[in-house]
Amino acid sequence: MKQQSRTPMRMIDSSKRIHTFEEVNCGYTDHEALIEANRCLDCKHKPCIKGCPVGIDIPGFISAIKNQKIDLAYQIIHKSSSLPAVCGRVCPQETQCEALCVHTKKGESVAIGHLERYVADTYYQHHHSIDKGISQEIKIAVVGSGPAGLSCAHDLIQAGFKVDLYEALHEAGGVLTYGIPAFRLPKEIVQREINELIQRGVNLITNVIIGKTLTLEDLKEMNYQAIFLGTGAGLPKFMGIPGEMLPSVYSANEYLTRLNLMHAYDKNSLTPIHKGKRVAVIGGGNVALDAARSAVRLGADIVYLIYRRGKEELPARHEEVIHAEEEGIIFKFLTNVKEIIANDEGYVKAIKCVAMTLGDKDQSGRRKPIENPKKKMVIPVDEVIMALGTTPNPLIMSESTDLKATPKGCIIVDENTHETTKPMVFAGGDVVTGSATVILAMEAGRKAANAIIERLT
Amino acid sequence: MGYNKSIEPKGDHMYIIKEKKNLTETTTMMVIDAPHIVKHAKVGQFVMVRALDTSERIPLTIADKDKSKGFITIIFQVVGASTYELNQLNENDSIQDIVGPLGKPSELEGLERVLLIGGGVGCAILYPIAEQLRFQHAEIMTIIGFRTQSQIFLESEFINVSSRFSITTDDGSYGEKGRVTDLMIKLLEEDHAFDKVIAIGPIVMMKAVTEVAKRYHLPITVSMNPIMVDGTGMCGGCRVSVGGQMMFACVDGPEFDGMLVDYDMAIKRNQLYQKEENEAYQKMMMKEEDMR
Repeated sequence: MKQQSRTPMRMIDSSKRIHTFEEVNCGYTDHEALIEANRCLDCKHKPCIKGCPVGIDIPGFISAIKNQKIDLAYQIIHKSSSLPAVCGRVCPQETQCEALCVHTKKGESVAIGHLERYVADTYYQHHHSIDKGISQEIKIAVVGSGPAGLSCAHDLIQAGFKVDLYEALHEAGGVLTYGIPAFRLPKEIVQREINELIQRGVNLITNVIIGKTLTLEDLKEMNYQAIFLGTGAGLPKFMGIPGEMLPSVYSANEYLTRLNLMHAYDKNSLTPIHKGKRVAVIGGGNVALDAARSAVRLGADIVYLIYRRGKEELPARHEEVIHAEEEGIIFKFLTNVKEIIANDEGYVKAIKCVAMTLGDKDQSGRRKPIENPKKKMVIPVDEVIMALGTTPNPLIMSESTDLKATPKGCIIVDENTHETTKPMVFAGGDVVTGSATVILAMEAGRKAANAIIERLT
Repeated sequence: MGYNKSIEPKGDHMYIIKEKKNLTETTTMMVIDAPHIVKHAKVGQFVMVRALDTSERIPLTIADKDKSKGFITIIFQVVGASTYELNQLNENDSIQDIVGPLGKPSELEGLERVLLIGGGVGCAILYPIAEQLRFQHAEIMTIIGFRTQSQIFLESEFINVSSRFSITTDDGSYGEKGRVTDLMIKLLEEDHAFDKVIAIGPIVMMKAVTEVAKRYHLPITVSMNPIMVDGTGMCGGCRVSVGGQMMFACVDGPEFDGMLVDYDMAIKRNQLYQKEENEAYQKMMMKEEDMR
């Protein structure tokens, strides 16, 4: 009889971790990994693989762990995923691979995410460099070095193409670098994955914005035979309520970029950040939780997470919600913000809120929140962070008229090939879907890479 | 025609400082090798500059460019820790990161008679506009103001392109004593047949100039310089309220219709980090003292 509950992940105690940006989860030991791997029944129909957007051979890599062949396990994962150490940490496994594990019928699923993380971390402890081996006859431009671009570049370099990877910021990684905080995804892990791609021969070019520094036409003239756009959903949404212009009202993008990309938590960094004592974060996704948990670590006394739906509807990863609760975040469910009020000096003093109830399901399949104007409340806060999602950055669209987009600014692509309305220009990730997850962006990058490889070989 | 290979961006490009000149005690001009930025750079656009690995990303307008050499020019005033760090770099040093060109170019087409008003380091942003207007044969009248004589720069350059030019200092140490708006009113009393006023300088100055322009029913463009992090539309930190609409200075601007800008909110937003900025600057000064 196999054990029904999964091997727990050791982590830093919440009383300690609220003072540090160090990673919360500590990872499995060899022994823990072996115990957990042995829970896998290696079932014939392998349901977990169907839940993985990039189709990792999950029972395959787990049985390699059982045989203590970690290099093999890594190679199996790496065939499908270029970012195993990242995905093991940030994928919503509970709604993907783990949701389909047969164990869930009677107990807890195999901790596939934790095992993936273990394999990647263990592998990297022993392996540092990989030889370049590229023919470099066909040149491809990958625009944006977030999850979609990294995954696309990975598959293209494996196929023997020359890959130039363009990044607008001064550091590669996209949302992995500027968005996800170190306590959830240490920056060394991201750097390691990117270095691995560079060692495989990907040519990283930072500080270049396609659509500004160079246009798509320039890229064509530079003899790229295909272009992949993985420029993400960079533009923050605001609510359009009074008081949003006040100083100390942040978009989560700005707040997290100051912290992660610009290291504002570090005393040696010159980039400042406002350290609110009573902080309201508005939204219920992973980004909202990242911002709220960062505010705790910057010394806030009270952090509210204001979400207009209920706990059941929170789109964030399950593990993050638990961690946030442990760290003392106060969840205000079924609550919406109507106005941000300033004090006499023009700084944030409070938020005016209204209670919500849930009505019928809307287009997204979730129950639509409806205001209950009779129940109002005022919450005193001195900082507000808006985490309402993002929309695609229009910079590239503004310069390329033959690239078609939806009214929301998402680039239109062919479902299978990910080719845009401009021939040999492909796109994938948040720039196509609007803000989604790391793994879905990676899936898109991979699909586009496959289409490009098919077209050019 | 193939793409000019020399201006293809490289992964390991060094942004070398080709020339550095102190225009005044606190204002510096740098010419930087950035060939791939020059290609599409237009008047009114800016770059984000990160001097060292620990510096902030700060927006600086492209003050001039040399397409044949692939150089861009920036002019900045040392006002805080990041501009101080930038100013510590010398000729042949390289700047950590520069990205651009960013923002929308100035809209100058069809303008025939323009009143230009500049204040302090804003004159560095105004001058390329003056040059472009001159190039399209517009008639330019210019009023620029500085705090005191030692802070004046680009005076002869403005004189060369303007059909009428005047200069003020707050303390009367040079030119006329007083504010740019004093001279502006004086000028408009005798002649106000302008297609447009373009004002670039401290927010309080742009606000005051807008008030005067309003009185004479003259359209006015101002250039906003809010706090930015990325400069590409991603952070929303640079939002400006324009006619009640939320605009991002980095992608929708930096130039806006002066009549519609909420200047008071812009002033407030720019003060958010004043304490931290002063502390960082003081710390840096003390470090320099120690080294001496």
